[in-house]
Amino acid sequence: MSLLEVKNLQVRVEEREILHGLSLTVNPGEVHAIMGPNGSGKSTLSHVIAGKPGYEVTGGEILFKGENLLEMSPDQRSSKGVFLAFQYPVEIPGVATMTFLRTALNAQRKARGESEFSTPDFLKKVRSVAASLNIPQEMLRRGVNVGFSGGEKKRNEILQMALFEPSLCILDEMDSGLDIDALRVAADGVNALRSPDRAMVVITHYQRLLNYIVPDFVHVMSKGKVVKSGGKELALELEASGYAQFEAAA
Amino acid sequence: MNVVLAKTDTARANSEILAVARDRLPGTGKIADLRRQALEAHERLGLPHRRVEDWKYTDLRVLMREVLPLAAAPDAAALQRAAAALKLHAIAGVRRVVLVDGVFAPDLSETSDLGKDVGIRTLREALETGDAALQAQLFAPDNADSMVALNSALMTDGLVIEIADNAVVPLPLHIVHIASGAPAAMFTRSLIRVGKHASVTLVESYIGAEGAKTYQVHDSLVVAIGDGARLDHVRLIEDSREAFNISSAVVTLGANAHFNTFGMNTGSLVSRYQAVIAVAGEGSRVETNGVNLLNGRQHADTTLFLDHAVPNCSSREIFRAVIDDRGHSVFQGRIIVRPGAQKTDAKMMTRALLLSDEAEADNKPELEIFADDVTCGHGATTGALDDSLLFYLRARGLSEKEAQALLIQAFVGEAIEQIAHDGLRDLAIAAAQRWLAARG
Ligand SMILES: Nc1ncnc2c1ncn2[C@@H]1O[C@H](COP(=O)(O)OP(=O)(O)OP(=O)(O)O)[C@@H](O)[C@H]1O
Ligand SMILES: [Mg+2]
Repeated sequence: MSLLEVKNLQVRVEEREILHGLSLTVNPGEVHAIMGPNGSGKSTLSHVIAGKPGYEVTGGEILFKGENLLEMSPDQRSSKGVFLAFQYPVEIPGVATMTFLRTALNAQRKARGESEFSTPDFLKKVRSVAASLNIPQEMLRRGVNVGFSGGEKKRNEILQMALFEPSLCILDEMDSGLDIDALRVAADGVNALRSPDRAMVVITHYQRLLNYIVPDFVHVMSKGKVVKSGGKELALELEASGYAQFEAAA
Repeated sequence: MNVVLAKTDTARANSEILAVARDRLPGTGKIADLRRQALEAHERLGLPHRRVEDWKYTDLRVLMREVLPLAAAPDAAALQRAAAALKLHAIAGVRRVVLVDGVFAPDLSETSDLGKDVGIRTLREALETGDAALQAQLFAPDNADSMVALNSALMTDGLVIEIADNAVVPLPLHIVHIASGAPAAMFTRSLIRVGKHASVTLVESYIGAEGAKTYQVHDSLVVAIGDGARLDHVRLIEDSREAFNISSAVVTLGANAHFNTFGMNTGSLVSRYQAVIAVAGEGSRVETNGVNLLNGRQHADTTLFLDHAVPNCSSREIFRAVIDDRGHSVFQGRIIVRPGAQKTDAKMMTRALLLSDEAEADNKPELEIFADDVTCGHGATTGALDDSLLFYLRARGLSEKEAQALLIQAFVGEAIEQIAHDGLRDLAIAAAQRWLAARG
């Protein structure tokens, strides 16, 4: 069974159609890259998969492990294994990162009928993942993303991904705002999570990220649709020639 | 023993009250005269209503309608119910002083061996045998406010606490007001004098025994903080959800004094806390913070008046209200900086979080500045929880209620964090968590 099946998805925001019949199938173990110009609907797709309110699905469907994802609340999707690393992670003053991580992890485990992590086990796990992502302990005591640099916010997203062990990871422009070294660290973090039963959807504008996280498939989105799909060489082609040819096709 | 304040025939009500309550009200001669004047002031003004500027959001003629009869002195059964309530609300690591139905209850209190630095007597004793200066201080609250006047007229008991100069009182003193159950009114007044360079923590909490419903608390507190002294003060309103709690405070700070006060309101149907804080000595500091957690049809009004009369003082007010259902939170914060009070640094920030469409918040900040070299500011916001934050948390697995709870805790945390005493801060956090858990 496919992990994720998006079939002919049509989505409106405030009376305006943004996605016009988008289809995408992702199987366990695969890495898909989605590229496309600004405003083509990449973040919209990721938000609709994660269950963000404010989007009206007017047609099509999304199946996750064969189940109708659109009927689930965002938290149900999360505990079933959907994870979105946000393009713009929000700051949550007054909620310590550590508290947030533990509350979230235990909420997901509880929803799955699993036991809560004990405090020592939890701390051990967070510390080791944080260390591998060069995230200092001091950052974890701060409010969620409060005072984090752009790059630190992105690394905090990867940290959560490693901690929650989702089966579908959607990474929305995780490379934006990262310097070369941070990009490598974050990409290593993502690669460490690649596994035969986990899939990744990597949204990016740049071929460079795909040198680190090598995709199995590349899709080009334009004006709310996937207009071309291919292997990793498609990304190189785009880098050379730009999106103009696809915009004409869309 | 019924004291009925008739709303129409004030002359009759006036004499009736004094006749009926006479043997319950301590003090004779001058004290009795002061009571009579106060009662006259109250009867002239009647219950506060919306056309009285200070009370415009809390119309007691509509909300309370009448003052209930004076509660009987507690009998053995009442004391037993109070003791049971006390068990449920006990705070560890404090020295407890208990008032049941407005009367000091020695058997429930821990007033023995307080040490030579802490003097405690009852209001009754102070009014009957105290010196003239103390008695004058007890009548310091201004009868221009009708509810203060009523309290001055009918105050039955309370605590008079005196902290010696240079004393560092190790354990917080905890005044517990317990309503044992009768639908009656209690009138209490307490006073705390903190000697020069002394420091002490005072907790006041208000609770109802099981089954206590529509009682009325009429309380007031007189505070005098000496030069170089510090008072930490925490108020916890946990009254029965049908009760009324009308409280006033008058606080005076000497020089280089420090007053840190925090109020948390989760109980009562209608509550009003009005405090006048006079910063009368140079180099002093006031932090006054509070949290209202309201639901159902609860109405809670906090009205603060900060009077900066001298230079080089600072004040901070952080107030947070979380309002669900048809709750109504009122915050009125007035700061006056008098001529000559240069280098005053006064800030007030009040924020209300509305959890339902019918929830209501009124913020009325007022700054009156008559000095030119000052830093003063205020801010007020009212709004709902931020959807993008809620979605982020839900995308990480938190249910709607869990996500709201985490954000609400953070919201009130900014005020709760200001409590200096670790144990009391934890207590306030736990109270907020209980309130959130009860939302389901
Ligand atoms: N809440 C909204 N209200 C109105 N329009 C919106 C809203 N959200 C998205 N859009 C519009 O939908 C279109 C797609 O936006 P989206 O953010 O999905 O693009 P994107 O492909 O992620 O772009 P980028 O590469 O810049 O991140 C844009 O034209 C955007 O303005
Ligand atoms: Mg985007």
